[in-house]
Amino acid sequence: MRILYFAWLREKIGTAEETLDLPPQVQTVGALVAWLKTRDAGHAAAFADQKLIRCAVDLEFATAEASILGAGEIAFFPPVTGG
Amino acid sequence: MLRILVQENDFDAGTELAGLQAEGVGGIASFIGTVRANANDNPPLAALYLEHYPGMTERALSKIAEQAAAKWPLKNCTIIHRVGRLLPGQNIVFVGAASAHRQAALSATAFLIDWLKTSAPLWKREDFTSGPSLWVPARTADDNAAEKWSNL
Repeated sequence: MRILYFAWLREKIGTAEETLDLPPQVQTVGALVAWLKTRDAGHAAAFADQKLIRCAVDLEFATAEASILGAGEIAFFPPVTGG
Repeated sequence: MLRILVQENDFDAGTELAGLQAEGVGGIASFIGTVRANANDNPPLAALYLEHYPGMTERALSKIAEQAAAKWPLKNCTIIHRVGRLLPGQNIVFVGAASAHRQAALSATAFLIDWLKTSAPLWKREDFTSGPSLWVPARTADDNAAEKWSNL
């Protein structure tokens, strides 16, 4: 699974992109966040306050309940601040 | 016609306004967002850095423009959002809408800028003349501004 990070999530995690083999029980965005938090201190710090995390599955905004089965690309980022 | 661009280069507002003209257009409205030199109590701004999600940002902006075109009878609509390092006073975003009458053009322009602030994947970082940079936190006021259009 290709996972992308933007803005301060990218800085805290230390990479813009990683490709990971997910355990079979990780089937939703929320489960993926819980699993990523266990990877290392950087991931744990980035995902510490889940109110500040937004997600997109295959370029569409997604909630914690959204399925990631069959997805090609998942992105995590802070609330948007363009305009 | 919808014109959606995400680019590092500046845009020329005159050229963009002229491009919105078409047969049957009686009103063209536009908004230009620019980089403020100083924000609140922070030190003076050296630059604003805009990060985006290539692919998704263009897609989200297109979706917002399509929503505007469905709500109001627009002849043309343009959104240009700059990314990368921008200096105080420089352009960040151009939003323009053309319609037969002014109200549709004005309303669509306000809708577009309110919505793109809350639903396009773009992130601002303030780089100051001294001290550490700061990712701009999302504002509840922007969410509220966008939300009011759902009640129309």
